[in-house]
Amino acid sequence: MNFIAEIDVMPRPELLDPQGKAVTLGLANLGMAQVADVRIGRHITIQLEAPTEKEAHDLVEKACKSLLANAIMENYTFHVKSLS
Amino acid sequence: MKFGVIVFPGSNCDDDMVYLLRETLGQQVVKLWHKDTSLQGCDFVVVPGGFSYGDYLRSGAIARFSPIMPEVQRHAERGGYVLGICNGFQILTEAGLLEGALLKNDHRKYTCKNVWLRSETQNTLLTRNLPAQSIYKIPIAHGDGRYYADEATLASLQEHDQIMFRYCTEAGKVEESVNPNGSIGNIAGICNKSRNVFGMMPHPERASELFLGNEDGLKMFQAILQK
Repeated sequence: MNFIAEIDVMPRPELLDPQGKAVTLGLANLGMAQVADVRIGRHITIQLEAPTEKEAHDLVEKACKSLLANAIMENYTFHVKSLS
Repeated sequence: MKFGVIVFPGSNCDDDMVYLLRETLGQQVVKLWHKDTSLQGCDFVVVPGGFSYGDYLRSGAIARFSPIMPEVQRHAERGGYVLGICNGFQILTEAGLLEGALLKNDHRKYTCKNVWLRSETQNTLLTRNLPAQSIYKIPIAHGDGRYYADEATLASLQEHDQIMFRYCTEAGKVEESVNPNGSIGNIAGICNKSRNVFGMMPHPERASELFLGNEDGLKMFQAILQK
Protein backbone atom coordinates (compact mmCIF):
# COMPACT_ATOMS: atom_id res chain seq x y z
CA MET A 1 0.00 0.00 0.00
CA ASN A 2 1.12 3.56 -0.65
CA PHE A 3 1.10 6.13 2.09
CA ILE A 4 1.99 9.72 2.53
CA ALA A 5 3.26 11.05 5.82
CA GLU A 6 2.90 14.73 6.66
CA ILE A 7 5.49 15.65 9.28
CA ASP A 8 5.95 18.88 11.22
CA VAL A 9 9.22 19.56 13.00
CA MET A 10 9.20 22.54 15.38
CA PRO A 11 11.82 24.11 17.65
CA ARG A 12 11.13 23.12 21.25
CA PRO A 13 8.91 25.72 22.94
CA GLU A 14 11.47 26.60 25.63
CA LEU A 15 14.13 27.48 23.03
CA LEU A 16 14.61 30.85 21.37
CA ASP A 17 13.71 30.70 17.67
CA PRO A 18 15.73 33.52 15.99
CA GLN A 19 14.03 32.96 12.60
CA GLY A 20 10.59 33.30 14.18
CA LYS A 21 11.70 36.43 16.02
CA ALA A 22 12.87 38.03 12.76
CA VAL A 23 9.57 37.25 11.08
CA THR A 24 7.60 38.58 14.08
CA LEU A 25 9.43 41.89 13.64
CA GLY A 26 8.88 41.81 9.89
CA LEU A 27 5.15 41.36 10.30
CA ALA A 28 5.01 44.18 12.85
CA ASN A 29 6.86 46.39 10.33
CA LEU A 30 4.15 45.56 7.78
CA GLY A 31 1.56 46.95 10.17
CA MET A 32 0.48 43.67 11.74
CA ALA A 33 1.21 44.74 15.27
CA GLN A 34 -1.30 42.18 16.57
CA VAL A 35 1.19 39.38 15.81
CA ALA A 36 2.57 38.41 19.20
CA ASP A 37 4.91 35.57 18.25
CA VAL A 38 5.98 33.49 15.28
CA ARG A 39 7.79 30.19 15.45
CA ILE A 40 9.22 28.53 12.39
CA GLY A 41 9.83 24.85 11.83
CA ARG A 42 9.70 22.66 8.78
CA HIS A 43 7.06 20.60 7.06
CA ILE A 44 8.23 17.34 5.51
CA THR A 45 6.25 14.91 3.35
CA ILE A 46 7.36 11.35 2.81
CA GLN A 47 5.77 8.97 0.32
CA LEU A 48 6.32 5.35 1.17
CA GLU A 49 5.15 1.81 0.62
CA ALA A 50 4.28 -0.42 3.53
CA PRO A 51 2.11 -3.52 4.05
CA THR A 52 -0.04 -1.79 6.71
CA GLU A 53 -0.67 1.68 8.06
CA LYS A 54 0.86 0.62 11.36
CA GLU A 55 4.13 -0.30 9.64
CA ALA A 56 4.13 2.97 7.68
CA HIS A 57 3.61 4.79 10.96
CA ASP A 58 6.49 2.92 12.63
CA LEU A 59 8.84 3.68 9.76
CA VAL A 60 8.04 7.41 9.83
CA GLU A 61 8.51 7.42 13.59
CA LYS A 62 11.94 5.87 13.09
CA ALA A 63 12.83 8.43 10.38
CA CYS A 64 11.84 11.29 12.68
CA LYS A 65 13.79 9.91 15.63
CA SER A 66 16.95 9.05 13.72
CA LEU A 67 17.29 11.95 11.30
CA LEU A 68 14.41 14.34 10.64
CA ALA A 69 14.27 15.86 14.12
CA ASN A 70 16.91 16.37 16.81
CA ALA A 71 15.14 15.72 20.11
CA ILE A 72 17.48 18.07 21.96
CA MET A 73 16.17 21.06 20.03
CA GLU A 74 13.03 19.98 18.17
CA ASN A 75 9.66 18.25 18.60
CA TYR A 76 7.84 16.47 15.80
CA THR A 77 4.27 15.46 15.02
CA PHE A 78 2.97 13.60 11.98
CA HIS A 79 0.05 11.78 10.46
CA VAL A 80 0.06 9.04 7.87
CA LYS A 81 -2.55 8.89 5.13
CA SER A 82 -3.29 6.06 2.71
CA LEU A 83 -2.93 7.01 -0.97
CA SER A 84 -4.52 3.91 -2.45
CA MET B 1 51.09 11.04 16.42
CA LYS B 2 49.28 10.28 13.15
CA PHE B 3 46.42 12.62 12.36
CA GLY B 4 43.48 12.08 10.01
CA VAL B 5 41.39 15.00 8.76
CA ILE B 6 37.95 13.97 7.47
CA VAL B 7 36.74 15.62 4.28
CA PHE B 8 32.97 15.80 3.67
CA PRO B 9 31.39 17.43 0.64
CA GLY B 10 31.25 21.04 1.83
CA SER B 11 34.13 20.88 4.32
CA ASN B 12 36.25 24.01 3.88
CA CYS B 13 38.69 24.08 6.78
CA ASP B 14 40.31 20.73 5.98
CA ASP B 15 43.29 22.23 4.13
CA ASP B 16 43.98 24.74 6.91
CA MET B 17 44.07 21.87 9.38
CA VAL B 18 46.27 19.65 7.21
CA TYR B 19 48.68 22.56 6.61
CA LEU B 20 48.94 23.34 10.29
CA LEU B 21 49.54 19.75 11.33
CA ARG B 22 51.95 18.89 8.52
CA GLU B 23 53.85 22.11 7.79
CA THR B 24 53.76 23.97 11.08
CA LEU B 25 53.86 21.04 13.49
CA GLY B 26 55.66 18.44 11.35
CA GLN B 27 53.14 15.69 12.06
CA GLN B 28 52.08 12.80 9.88
CA VAL B 29 48.63 13.61 8.52
CA VAL B 30 46.26 12.06 5.98
CA LYS B 31 42.98 13.27 4.56
CA LEU B 32 40.13 10.82 5.05
CA TRP B 33 37.36 11.00 2.46
CA HIS B 34 33.88 10.71 3.97
CA LYS B 35 33.18 7.60 1.87
CA ASP B 36 36.25 5.77 3.26
CA THR B 37 35.64 3.10 5.82
CA SER B 38 39.16 3.03 7.28
CA LEU B 39 40.91 5.55 9.49
CA GLN B 40 44.28 4.33 8.13
CA GLY B 41 45.65 3.79 11.59
CA CYS B 42 45.26 7.41 12.70
CA ASP B 43 45.64 8.12 16.40
CA PHE B 44 43.84 11.44 16.25
CA VAL B 45 40.86 12.22 14.03
CA VAL B 46 39.93 15.82 13.22
CA VAL B 47 36.45 16.70 11.95
CA PRO B 48 37.02 20.11 10.35
CA GLY B 49 34.81 23.12 9.81
CA GLY B 50 32.72 23.97 6.78
CA PHE B 51 29.21 23.32 5.59
CA SER B 52 29.04 19.56 5.19
CA TYR B 53 26.17 18.63 2.87
CA GLY B 54 25.24 22.31 2.63
CA ASP B 55 24.00 22.20 6.24
CA TYR B 56 20.82 20.61 4.84
CA LEU B 57 18.21 19.67 7.44
CA ARG B 58 20.43 20.78 10.35
CA SER B 59 24.17 21.54 10.54
CA GLY B 60 25.95 18.19 10.75
CA ALA B 61 22.77 16.11 10.52
CA ILE B 62 23.56 14.39 7.21
CA ALA B 63 27.32 14.14 7.67
CA ARG B 64 26.89 11.88 10.69
CA PHE B 65 25.57 9.16 8.35
CA SER B 66 28.66 9.21 6.11
CA PRO B 67 30.36 5.82 5.70
CA ILE B 68 33.41 6.99 7.69
CA MET B 69 31.38 7.90 10.77
CA PRO B 70 30.85 4.36 12.19
CA GLU B 71 34.66 4.06 12.14
CA VAL B 72 34.99 7.36 13.98
CA GLN B 73 32.43 6.08 16.50
CA ARG B 74 34.43 2.87 17.05
CA HIS B 75 37.69 4.84 17.28
CA ALA B 76 36.12 7.02 19.99
CA GLU B 77 34.75 3.98 21.84
CA ARG B 78 38.25 2.47 21.85
CA GLY B 79 39.49 5.67 23.50
CA GLY B 80 40.92 7.22 20.30
CA TYR B 81 41.05 11.00 20.08
CA VAL B 82 38.51 12.97 18.04
CA LEU B 83 38.39 16.77 17.71
CA GLY B 84 35.53 18.56 15.98
CA ILE B 85 35.89 22.24 15.15
CA CYS B 86 32.89 24.39 14.20
CA ASN B 87 30.91 22.24 11.73
CA GLY B 88 32.93 19.33 13.13
CA PHE B 89 31.54 20.10 16.60
CA GLN B 90 28.03 20.18 15.13
CA ILE B 91 28.61 16.79 13.46
CA LEU B 92 29.89 15.24 16.71
CA THR B 93 26.82 16.42 18.65
CA GLU B 94 24.49 15.15 15.91
CA ALA B 95 26.34 11.81 16.03
CA GLY B 96 25.86 11.62 19.80
CA LEU B 97 29.62 11.61 20.44
CA LEU B 98 29.24 14.87 22.37
CA GLU B 99 26.28 16.01 24.45
CA GLY B 100 24.02 18.94 23.61
CA ALA B 101 23.31 20.67 20.31
CA LEU B 102 24.24 23.81 18.38
CA LEU B 103 21.41 26.17 17.47
CA LYS B 104 21.16 29.29 15.35
CA ASN B 105 22.96 32.30 16.85
CA ASP B 106 20.49 34.22 19.01
CA HIS B 107 21.11 37.46 17.06
CA ARG B 108 20.50 35.69 13.69
CA LYS B 109 23.78 36.86 12.13
CA TYR B 110 26.64 34.81 10.81
CA THR B 111 29.57 36.04 12.89
CA CYS B 112 33.21 36.02 11.83
CA LYS B 113 35.52 37.73 14.31
CA ASN B 114 38.10 37.21 17.01
CA VAL B 115 36.74 36.31 20.43
CA TRP B 116 38.38 35.64 23.79
CA LEU B 117 38.28 32.18 25.30
CA ARG B 118 39.06 31.06 28.83
CA SER B 119 40.26 27.52 29.39
CA GLU B 120 38.10 25.96 32.08
CA THR B 121 39.88 22.70 32.85
CA GLN B 122 43.38 21.28 32.64
CA ASN B 123 42.03 17.77 32.60
CA THR B 124 41.91 17.14 28.82
CA LEU B 125 44.60 16.37 26.25
CA LEU B 126 43.79 19.67 24.55
CA THR B 127 44.08 21.83 27.65
CA ARG B 128 46.35 19.88 30.00
CA ASN B 129 49.41 22.01 29.26
CA LEU B 130 47.54 25.30 29.19
CA PRO B 131 47.77 27.36 32.38
CA ALA B 132 44.50 27.23 34.37
CA GLN B 133 41.97 29.88 33.32
CA SER B 134 44.32 31.31 30.71
CA ILE B 135 42.87 33.54 27.98
CA TYR B 136 43.20 33.03 24.21
CA LYS B 137 42.23 35.13 21.24
CA ILE B 138 40.69 32.75 18.69
CA PRO B 139 38.45 33.51 15.70
CA ILE B 140 34.90 32.23 15.32
CA ALA B 141 33.04 31.96 12.01
CA HIS B 142 29.56 30.50 12.35
CA GLY B 143 25.82 31.06 12.11
CA ASP B 144 24.80 28.05 14.22
CA GLY B 145 27.03 28.28 17.26
CA ARG B 146 24.59 28.64 20.15
CA TYR B 147 25.51 25.71 22.36
CA TYR B 148 22.51 24.29 24.18
CA ALA B 149 22.03 21.45 26.61
CA ASP B 150 19.12 20.89 28.98
CA GLU B 151 19.57 21.56 32.69
CA ALA B 152 20.39 17.98 33.63
CA THR B 153 22.99 17.66 30.87
CA LEU B 154 24.53 20.99 31.79
CA ALA B 155 24.79 20.00 35.43
CA SER B 156 26.41 16.74 34.39
CA LEU B 157 28.90 18.55 32.11
CA GLN B 158 29.88 20.73 35.03
CA GLU B 159 30.04 17.89 37.50
CA HIS B 160 32.31 15.87 35.22
CA ASP B 161 34.52 18.85 34.36
CA GLN B 162 33.68 18.56 30.66
CA ILE B 163 33.57 22.27 29.80
CA MET B 164 36.83 23.14 28.06
CA PHE B 165 36.33 26.76 26.99
CA ARG B 166 33.97 29.66 27.68
CA TYR B 167 33.68 32.97 25.84
CA CYS B 168 35.06 35.75 28.06
CA THR B 169 36.28 39.34 28.09
CA GLU B 170 39.90 40.15 27.33
CA ALA B 171 40.41 40.20 31.09
CA GLY B 172 38.97 36.70 31.40
CA LYS B 173 35.57 37.54 32.81
CA VAL B 174 32.77 35.30 31.59
CA GLU B 175 29.78 37.54 30.99
CA GLU B 176 26.79 37.78 28.67
CA SER B 177 28.06 40.94 26.93
CA VAL B 178 30.82 38.95 25.20
CA ASN B 179 28.72 35.90 24.39
CA PRO B 180 28.89 35.87 20.56
CA ASN B 181 25.97 33.54 19.87
CA GLY B 182 23.79 33.06 22.96
CA SER B 183 25.52 29.85 24.10
CA ILE B 184 24.30 28.59 27.44
CA GLY B 185 26.88 29.51 30.12
CA ASN B 186 29.06 31.09 27.39
CA ILE B 187 30.20 27.59 26.48
CA ALA B 188 32.55 27.49 23.49
CA GLY B 189 33.92 23.95 23.74
CA ILE B 190 33.34 20.70 25.62
CA CYS B 191 34.65 17.16 25.84
CA ASN B 192 32.92 13.83 26.44
CA LYS B 193 32.89 11.99 29.76
CA SER B 194 35.78 9.73 28.71
CA ARG B 195 37.78 12.87 27.80
CA ASN B 196 38.88 11.68 24.37
CA VAL B 197 36.30 13.47 22.17
CA PHE B 198 36.49 17.27 21.95
CA GLY B 199 34.32 19.86 20.25
CA MET B 200 34.67 23.63 19.96
CA MET B 201 33.12 26.34 17.80
CA PRO B 202 36.19 28.65 17.58
CA HIS B 203 38.92 27.91 15.03
CA PRO B 204 42.38 27.56 16.65
CA GLU B 205 43.78 26.33 13.31
CA ARG B 206 43.16 29.82 11.91
CA ALA B 207 45.27 31.38 14.64
CA SER B 208 48.39 29.28 14.61
CA GLU B 209 51.03 31.22 12.75
CA LEU B 210 52.59 34.62 13.20
CA PHE B 211 51.89 35.70 9.64
CA LEU B 212 48.20 35.17 10.37
CA GLY B 213 48.65 37.75 13.10
CA ASN B 214 47.82 35.38 15.92
CA GLU B 215 49.50 32.31 17.40
CA ASP B 216 47.17 31.66 20.32
CA GLY B 217 45.62 28.62 18.62
CA LEU B 218 49.01 26.98 18.24
CA LYS B 219 49.23 26.57 22.02
CA MET B 220 46.27 24.18 21.95
CA PHE B 221 47.86 21.97 19.30
CA GLN B 222 51.23 22.09 21.05
CA ALA B 223 49.41 20.99 24.21
CA ILE B 224 48.20 17.91 22.32
CA LEU B 225 51.71 17.03 21.17
CA GLN B 226 53.62 17.72 24.38
CA LYS B 227 54.69 14.54 26.13
